[in-house]
Amino acid sequence: MTGTAAARIRAVIRKELAEFRRNRLIVTTAAVLPVIFLISPTASILAVRASAASAALDRRVDAALFLPLLIPVFVPAILSAYSVVGEREQGTLEPVLTTPVGRAEFLIGKAAAIFMPAIGVAYLMFGVFVAIVQFGAAPTVATAVLHAPQLPAELVFIPLLAAWAIWVGLAISARASDTRVAQQLSILASLPPVALAALMSFHVISPTFGLTAALAGGLLAIDCAACFVVAQLFDRERLITGAKPSRRGGGSAPHVPGARAAP
Amino acid sequence: MSEAALPRQVPAGGEAGRQAPAAAAAIEVSHLTKVFGERTAVADVSFSVARGEVFGFLGPNGAGKTTTVRVLGTLISPTAGSAAVAGIPLGPAGAAEIRQRISIMPEDPGLYRRLTVAENLEFFARLYGLPRRQARMKEALAAVGLGDRAHDLTGSLSKGLRQRAALARSLLNDPEVMFLDEPTSGLDPAAAHEVLDLIAALRDRGVTVFLTTHRLDEAERLCDRVAIMNSSLRTVGRPDELRRALFSRSLMVTTAAPLAGPDQVFAGLPAVQAWQRSDPAGGGPAGYALTVTDPAQAAPAVTRALVAAGADVLSIAESRRTLEDVYLKLVDDAEDRAR
Repeated sequence: MTGTAAARIRAVIRKELAEFRRNRLIVTTAAVLPVIFLISPTASILAVRASAASAALDRRVDAALFLPLLIPVFVPAILSAYSVVGEREQGTLEPVLTTPVGRAEFLIGKAAAIFMPAIGVAYLMFGVFVAIVQFGAAPTVATAVLHAPQLPAELVFIPLLAAWAIWVGLAISARASDTRVAQQLSILASLPPVALAALMSFHVISPTFGLTAALAGGLLAIDCAACFVVAQLFDRERLITGAKPSRRGGGSAPHVPGARAAP
Repeated sequence: MSEAALPRQVPAGGEAGRQAPAAAAAIEVSHLTKVFGERTAVADVSFSVARGEVFGFLGPNGAGKTTTVRVLGTLISPTAGSAAVAGIPLGPAGAAEIRQRISIMPEDPGLYRRLTVAENLEFFARLYGLPRRQARMKEALAAVGLGDRAHDLTGSLSKGLRQRAALARSLLNDPEVMFLDEPTSGLDPAAAHEVLDLIAALRDRGVTVFLTTHRLDEAERLCDRVAIMNSSLRTVGRPDELRRALFSRSLMVTTAAPLAGPDQVFAGLPAVQAWQRSDPAGGGPAGYALTVTDPAQAAPAVTRALVAAGADVLSIAESRRTLEDVYLKLVDDAEDRAR
C-alpha cells in the first residue's frame, strides 16, 4: 500500500468517525444494543446460587457466554449497512467518487472505521460482564464462567465475526437502494458464522485449541475473500446510476445520426 | 476570486504527469455513446472544448447532459466512442489521473451535513492528497466568500451557502477542468447571481469550465461556446454564430402610421432583402420587419427612405434573437423529426 493510499484510508476513517459521533441514531444503536446483550446474561449468572447443580450451572454459563457474542455482529452489521447507501441517500457518494480515491481505499476506510468501535465495544462489554461476574457472582459460579472452555474461543472470534458482519453489510449496502432494507438484510446475512460459534458455545462441538484455531483461520480466510468480493461489487456506475455497468463492445452501440455542427 | 487567491497547485501525482501539450484541447469527445439497457442516453456525440473556455452544455431534461458529465468525469464508462479529458484518454488506466486533475460539482451540493464546512473540505483535500491543506481550504473558502462560516455545520447553511461550499470543495484541487452540473438549480436570484460571478471569476483564472444548465440567460452571459443536446448533439458554436446560422437578421421599423406604399419605400434599399408587416401587439403604431443582410448598412438607408417618404419614424432597431430562440428552434425541430 502506498503512502497516498494509506492517507486516503485515514481520511475516510476520520470522516466516518466524525460522522458517527454526531449521528444520534448510530450512537444510540452502538450504545443500547450492547447493553441489552449484557443485561440478560449478567442477570442470569448473578441469579445462580452457589449450590446450583453442575448441569444447570453449565447451561446458564453457556447461554450467558453466547449472548455477548452477538454484540460484534449486530453493531457492525447495522453500521456497515448504512455506510454506502446512506451516502447515496444524502448525495455525498457522487462527489467522493469523483475524487482519486480508489474503491478499495474507500471500502477499507469505511470498514476500519466500523471495526474499531465495534470490537472495542464488544471487548468492553465482555470485560464488564467478566468483572461483574468476578465480583458479584458466587465464587463457584464465577469460577465456572471464567474457566469455561468456550470463553477464549469467543474472545478470538469477536474480531472475525465483526469483520464478516462489516463486509456483508458493505456488500449489501453497495447494492441496496434503501437503508432500512439494507440493515435488515445485513443482520440476517451476518448470522451464519454466529451459528458456528453457537455450536461451540453450547458444546455441540468441543472448543478445543486446535478446532478453535482451525475455525478462526477459516473465518479469517473468508473475511479476506469477502473484502475482495465486496471491492468487486463496488461499482461506481451502478452506485451512481442504479444501472448495471456497460461494457464496451465493438459495434454494440446503435446506429445514430451524426452531430450537426454550426457553421 | 483572484489569481493570487488560488494559486495553481501541483497534485500528489507530480508535475510531470500534469503537463499536457499547450495545444491539446481540455476536453476532446469523439462519437461518444452511452446506452442504459434499451435507452440511449447519449448518442454519437463529438465536440471539443479548448483550454480556458467556458463551455455551455444545454438541453431539456433527460437530454443526456448529466450522463455526458459523468462519462467525462470517469464515473461511468461509455458504451462506444472515445474522449480525452485534460489531455488524458478516458479508460481504466487514466481514470485516477483524470479525477486528480478535474472536479465535478453535481446538482446536489453533496456535503456531509453533520460535518462543518471545514471538515468537509479537509476530507476532500485529504482524498486529493493536497499539500498545504489548511492554506488551500482557507483560500477556497475565501474565494467563495465563506471564510467566516468554516466552522458552521453544513446542515445549518442555506442552500445558496451550501452551493458555495460545494464550489469551494471543487476549487480545492485547483482543477484544470471543472464540470458544473446545474450550479444555480434551486437558488434564489441573488444566490444564483453570486454563483455566476464565481464562475466568471474561474474563467478569468484560465480554468476550463464545462457548464450544464437549463438557464439559457446564464449560458449566454457566461459561455464562450454552447452545445445543445437532445440525446444527440444538435449544434455547437458561439451563441452569436448560432443566432446568425439559424435566423435571418432583421430590422424592426415602427412608424406612427402605416406607410402609403411600403413597397416603394423599401424596394432597392441596400442590404434589404424583404419586408413584411409586423404590427405591435395591441394596435397603435405600424410595424415592419425587414430581412437584411447587414443591419449596420441597412439601417441608415431605411431611415433616409422613411424620412423621404414623409413617415413619422418611432424606432428602427435590429431584432435580437436570444439563445433561448436558438435552443427552442433546435429542440422543437428535433421533436418534430422524432414525430
